[in-house]
Amino acid sequence: MANEGSSSLPAGGMIIEAGSSKKYKTGEWRAQRPEVDKAKCTDCLTCWIYCPDNSVMVKDEKMVGFKYSHCKGCGICANQCPVKAITMKEEGVE
Amino acid sequence: MSEPMAINGDMAIAMAWKQIDPDVVAAYPITPQTIIVEAFSDFVANGEVNTEYVCAESEHSALTICVGASAAGARVATATASAGLAFMWEMLYVTASMRMPIIMAVANRTLSGPINIHCDHSDAMGGRDSGWLQLFGENVQEAYDNTIMAFRIAEDMRVRLPIMTCLDGFIITHALERLEMLDDKTVKDFVGPFRPVRPLLDVKQPTTYGPLAMPDYYYELKYQVQASMDAALDVAKKTMDDFAKVSGRKYHLAEGYRTEDADYVMVAMGSTAGTMRYVVDQLRAQGKKVGAVKVRLFRPFPAADVAKLLEGKKAVAVMDRAMSPGTGSPLYMDVLQSISRMKDPPRVSNYVYGLGGRDLIPGQLTEVFQEIMANKGDRINFMGVRK
Amino acid sequence: MNLKELSHTEERLVEGHRLCAGCAEPIIARQVLMGTSKPVVVANATGCFEVSTSNYPFTSWNVPWIHTAFENAPATISGVEAAYNSLKRQNKISEEVKFVVFGGDGATYDIGFQSLSGAIERGHDFLYVCFNNEAYMNTGIQRSGATPKGASTTTCPSGTCTPGKKEFPKDLTRIIIAHDLPYAAQASPHNWKDLIEKSRKGIDTPGPAFINVISPCPRGWRHDGSQTIALSKLAVETCVWPLYEYENGEWRVTGESLRIAEGKKEKRPVMDWLNSQGRFKQLTKSKFSPVADEIQQNVDKKWESLLKLCHM
Repeated sequence: MANEGSSSLPAGGMIIEAGSSKKYKTGEWRAQRPEVDKAKCTDCLTCWIYCPDNSVMVKDEKMVGFKYSHCKGCGICANQCPVKAITMKEEGVE
Repeated sequence: MSEPMAINGDMAIAMAWKQIDPDVVAAYPITPQTIIVEAFSDFVANGEVNTEYVCAESEHSALTICVGASAAGARVATATASAGLAFMWEMLYVTASMRMPIIMAVANRTLSGPINIHCDHSDAMGGRDSGWLQLFGENVQEAYDNTIMAFRIAEDMRVRLPIMTCLDGFIITHALERLEMLDDKTVKDFVGPFRPVRPLLDVKQPTTYGPLAMPDYYYELKYQVQASMDAALDVAKKTMDDFAKVSGRKYHLAEGYRTEDADYVMVAMGSTAGTMRYVVDQLRAQGKKVGAVKVRLFRPFPAADVAKLLEGKKAVAVMDRAMSPGTGSPLYMDVLQSISRMKDPPRVSNYVYGLGGRDLIPGQLTEVFQEIMANKGDRINFMGVRK
Repeated sequence: MNLKELSHTEERLVEGHRLCAGCAEPIIARQVLMGTSKPVVVANATGCFEVSTSNYPFTSWNVPWIHTAFENAPATISGVEAAYNSLKRQNKISEEVKFVVFGGDGATYDIGFQSLSGAIERGHDFLYVCFNNEAYMNTGIQRSGATPKGASTTTCPSGTCTPGKKEFPKDLTRIIIAHDLPYAAQASPHNWKDLIEKSRKGIDTPGPAFINVISPCPRGWRHDGSQTIALSKLAVETCVWPLYEYENGEWRVTGESLRIAEGKKEKRPVMDWLNSQGRFKQLTKSKFSPVADEIQQNVDKKWESLLKLCHM
């Protein structure tokens, strides 16, 4: 339960911290996690454009992994990867 | 101060808006408000204001456009009546909860059915719990003066709530009366520049407006409206004091007339107040100890001020130009809550009158006084209806 | 435009939103907002996307964003745009700002149709994007004016007597085009290049623009979340959801739809589409097979009529 008082909240329900939902970790929802085989990956970034949760990390135009803090495990990336470099693994199973 | 002129209430509001020059006006025509937006459209067409005028396709959209514009950082005004106000109902709450200081003229008209274009306060009463301040004017001069004061009250940082400036449909909106306007500079200085709070158009500080709030935050966000209403009582008082300095016209949240030594008092809002004072004078000439209270600010309700005016009285008649089928009418209920902690409270009766534009004649108010002076009448009375 | 270049664009909608796994809406929104590098203000109608991206005290928005109610997002943006015009005229702001609205099919086809029509008629400068998931998903999969014939929803369920929705959906894109606005289009998130390009046109074109985007919903359509993009592609390949645009009075099919029209790509049977989702599974029963035939006939009729409009 929240503990801020009415008078300490910005007026009218405004949220003044842009992008604050990053603090809310939707990765806990995940049942399956994507894993990438970088030996197969061509850095085409198809997974990046189709990720609903901004959870494909790209650095210098290269796919560098998944943001597991927020990935919900939908599997679109694995389904759409043109070279089948991404596989979905059960969470909690090695 | 300009030369006094003869003008109707709707035109007086349009003239006040012109002097204030809001950034955006969005509206939809409805009788008896339409003269306001027609006149204002002329000012826009002739380049006499900087306002962006938006002809909405409905009242729901008209108020929504106002909310969007207000959130974007604009000073905004609109006008409506009756069914139009009812159609805005959902957005009334949104406007107040989002703390948008929008000024809306309400040309009080009854609600269907049957459909009827004439005056009563049913429309405004539908918005009384929405978080809007509500000012009621008695005549054309007050319609003008209330409008100017409303911008300053609404935009005060302690308030930041929308205000309805209510005027009786046809009785004030369409009647020619004497008006003394302030000069443009006095109005501009009195209202001051608009100060936006985190406007949407400040793209460097992105703000999220109108989020989903679950049970852990909703109540606290809603309570902000209550806290602002509390603050608004003082802000409105102070604004009325300051307005007296520039206009010479002194207003109060609730105004007593010959109440000091009165035993019997009548309470009303809007144009009825003038009739009420006339009747009080007549009865006073006969030696009756009667007085009258005009409530100018209906939301927030100035309970302490009203209680002070009614303290020690024998009986009070509350005149409601609206009805709440199945219980007491809105003004009556508020008068009752105002005196609820009083030691020896007056006997309070409710008189519903004037629905759908039914004429009110002075003799009827005399009868009401006679009834309460004789300790007669029901708790809730429906004056003049053919039962 | 390629993905490597696009990967440098700022994220205007961030993670931590609470949309279902596999929801198409954030994919679409990200692509739409890649359509401009200029500052944008976003207005949102009530719906899944709105509640999931603004769950107080969190927001997924890195740009100014406003929601006021369900039926009035076009009016909300009209107000923001009116304020912009007024303040700009008075030299109180200088920056160029663009305006984008997101709404679901309930907000667009049904309850908010009037406010959309009004805002387009008034000529406000904004892009309206409809996430068309073909039912009221936020309240639990109820029938909307966009729900296709034969689909089962919680208010037009398939039963022993009825196969699901009895009526064809209204063709909203064409209704919007009847306003003769500067730009309108249909798009799908699988063809990101097409959607981003259409968004760019919609945002850059002065005056109102409208893009209707097919938005697969794993919950409502009864499909696995991993299939969202594959299904949005299938909708185009079966001509259930043709890609096209209307620009300054000219109609044009685009993307895969253009290739189908030119005979360079197979037009897949509607049965492939119906078989891919649980909401249509009753149509595979022999009792309701005439409904599947009617759907195919309707798709063919609409497709032929579209090609005529495109002079093809």
